[in-house]
Amino acid sequence: VAAVVNAQPEGVVFVSGGTEANHLALSGSGRNRVLVSAVEHASVLSAVPRAERVPVDREGVLVLDALECLLAADARPALVSVMLANNETGVLQPVSAISAIARAHGALFHCDAVQAAGKIALDAAAIGADLITLSAHKLGGPPGIGALIVTGELELTPLLRGGGQERGRRAGTQNVAGIAGFAAAAAAAKETAVYDRVRLLRDELEAEVTAMAPEAVMLGAEAPRLPNTAAIALPGVPAETQVIALDLDGVMVSAGAACSSGKVGPSHVLEAMGVGSNLVRSAIRVSLGWESSETDVAHFLRAWTALYRRCRGSAFLARAA
Amino acid sequence: MNSNILAASPETRTRLGNAMPIYLDNQSSTRLDPRVLEAMLPYFTEQFGNPHSTSHAYGRMAAEAIDQARSEVAALIHADARELVFTSGATEANNLAIKGAAHFARLYQRSEQPRDHIVTLSTEHKCVLESCAALEREGFDITYLQVEPSGLVSLDRLAAALSERTLLVSVMAAHNEIGVIQPLAEIGALCRAEGVLFHSDAAQAFGKIALDVEAMRIDLLSISGHKVYGPKGIGALYVRRRPRVRLLPLIDGGGQERGLRSGTLPTPLCVGIGRAAAIAAAEMTDEAGRLRQLRDRLQGGLARQVPGLRLNGDVECRLPGSLNFYVPGIAAMKLIEACPGIAISTGSACTSASVEPSYVLRALGLSKADANSGIRIGLGRFTTSAEVDFAVDTLADAAGRLAAEATVAEQQGTPI
Repeated sequence: VAAVVNAQPEGVVFVSGGTEANHLALSGSGRNRVLVSAVEHASVLSAVPRAERVPVDREGVLVLDALECLLAADARPALVSVMLANNETGVLQPVSAISAIARAHGALFHCDAVQAAGKIALDAAAIGADLITLSAHKLGGPPGIGALIVTGELELTPLLRGGGQERGRRAGTQNVAGIAGFAAAAAAAKETAVYDRVRLLRDELEAEVTAMAPEAVMLGAEAPRLPNTAAIALPGVPAETQVIALDLDGVMVSAGAACSSGKVGPSHVLEAMGVGSNLVRSAIRVSLGWESSETDVAHFLRAWTALYRRCRGSAFLARAA
Repeated sequence: MNSNILAASPETRTRLGNAMPIYLDNQSSTRLDPRVLEAMLPYFTEQFGNPHSTSHAYGRMAAEAIDQARSEVAALIHADARELVFTSGATEANNLAIKGAAHFARLYQRSEQPRDHIVTLSTEHKCVLESCAALEREGFDITYLQVEPSGLVSLDRLAAALSERTLLVSVMAAHNEIGVIQPLAEIGALCRAEGVLFHSDAAQAFGKIALDVEAMRIDLLSISGHKVYGPKGIGALYVRRRPRVRLLPLIDGGGQERGLRSGTLPTPLCVGIGRAAAIAAAEMTDEAGRLRQLRDRLQGGLARQVPGLRLNGDVECRLPGSLNFYVPGIAAMKLIEACPGIAISTGSACTSASVEPSYVLRALGLSKADANSGIRIGLGRFTTSAEVDFAVDTLADAAGRLAAEATVAEQQGTPI
């Protein structure tokens, strides 16, 4: 597991998943002042509700000057938590630059790499983070297991106390089968070249959609992104309508983060990017996997075309126009 | 490793070179029931959807499987499915119950009188004691009650410890080292009468003995999957709805589990603990009878063949598959090393790496030397009577040899 990010094995703390790892990082670092990007996962945003939020630009990329100013304005020792790749848009953050700024101000840096691991090559030294979060089930391993990787000497205050498992950093009987699955998936995750093919598929998918519907917006597409994710907004058509129509046509996509399902509300990620509220409500997330094929993409395009044609003459688009 | 070796009789295994010792440490973990594995497998492969992505069939099928699992776990303790919060295990459930209740009380306290006092037993599992110790550092007042020499709680002492400031009582349902079953209904009635929350760590008891959160007036109950032939990495906390017990979550985020525990639920593990609960519900009574017979066979055999053997913990109120004993003068580690054919332990897995004698046995009044001689054996669903007989012979043989060595050493004046 450590090898996924070229870290040392003794730095790995096995936990129940990405959410717990993020919590352990943010609450266990010992830093009272916490800065997070405005597009972080809900598990980071809610771990420290009082955290200061650093804005992102229209493509979803952290505004480095803003981070610099916030850190310079207050001398208290801080922790900066910025994800490597966004779960809704796939947009990558300039983590090396963020690390350099954090370090220059004596701040610790935590990087949630849950979505990035397995899809792009990662290196702990290049990321420059003190703490890195990984989740097994996002990289082909089983659910219920994740890791927080401590790259240096940082002493964590544990979230769960009890027996001295995980060098006293996380109590509880280890999920051995989950860890074995995580390890096998981690070994496979080193082979990120498979995603070169996925990137071509994703780009083709976006190009076809754009060719058919010039009004469709590919959110975050100008920024460096994960190879598998597309956030597609079709102005005037509610995301739920699109998701249900595609579902009936045999294509499973979502309207954003799974964790927020059940609670209805616009995406905080897209809002932070300054995407208009009309567009936010019409955005769907399409994410391909290593096993996705051209046939799958063709299937999606057929279903999306049918959806688009049905909606084109309807009240939704008329109102949008 | 050839799995046939594990299924073979002890004699065959010895003949095959004893690839793996006979497993007699079912308190520390249990073997996954093949029926549980079978139920889990599809949720690792075809049905891998995120149960919280209910916009499509993959997610919905996973969500339905989790609903069923939740009902199966709830049924075994006579709770409502909505009262169960899935966690990563009993350690997390205990941390959530104790810290969650304490932190909620501190944040939302309404009356003049603060509820900042917690009562627990000095023999509780480390994760309960450590959670309490963390709260103590935050200013909470913790009473660690001494137990009777039998390991049972003294109800009089418990009643005397409660005050208007008491928020919570935490008492383990069945003990992980000595197997002692506490009088849960009596403790529950006492707590309810005093307006105190009652939490019980039922990691060892769940699926082994009848538990009824209504009849026993339990407000919070911790459950583990891997102690009941389910998978590791999953547990649950029962949180009473009527009257409602309020907790602050340990892990926030996506708001899963009604906001009490965020994080993607591991569908195959949830299905596993559900199936394990359903099997226990159907087979618990018969299994308890069988395990009691096996344990009595083990206990009787050892009592006959090992002079001086003494039992730890109450012999009546005890988990059917559990046995804890010591042979004065024979250190547990020596005895364990002398019995490589059987997998047994000195006590809790969480503390067995430590060189200190069991704090549990010390709390029963054992001397340091006697506590250092404590051996824990846990029989389980897959234990056979042939394995029990093999264990008796192995232990008796080793104890005899060690006692003889000790006598010789004593005569020569060199301590061993």
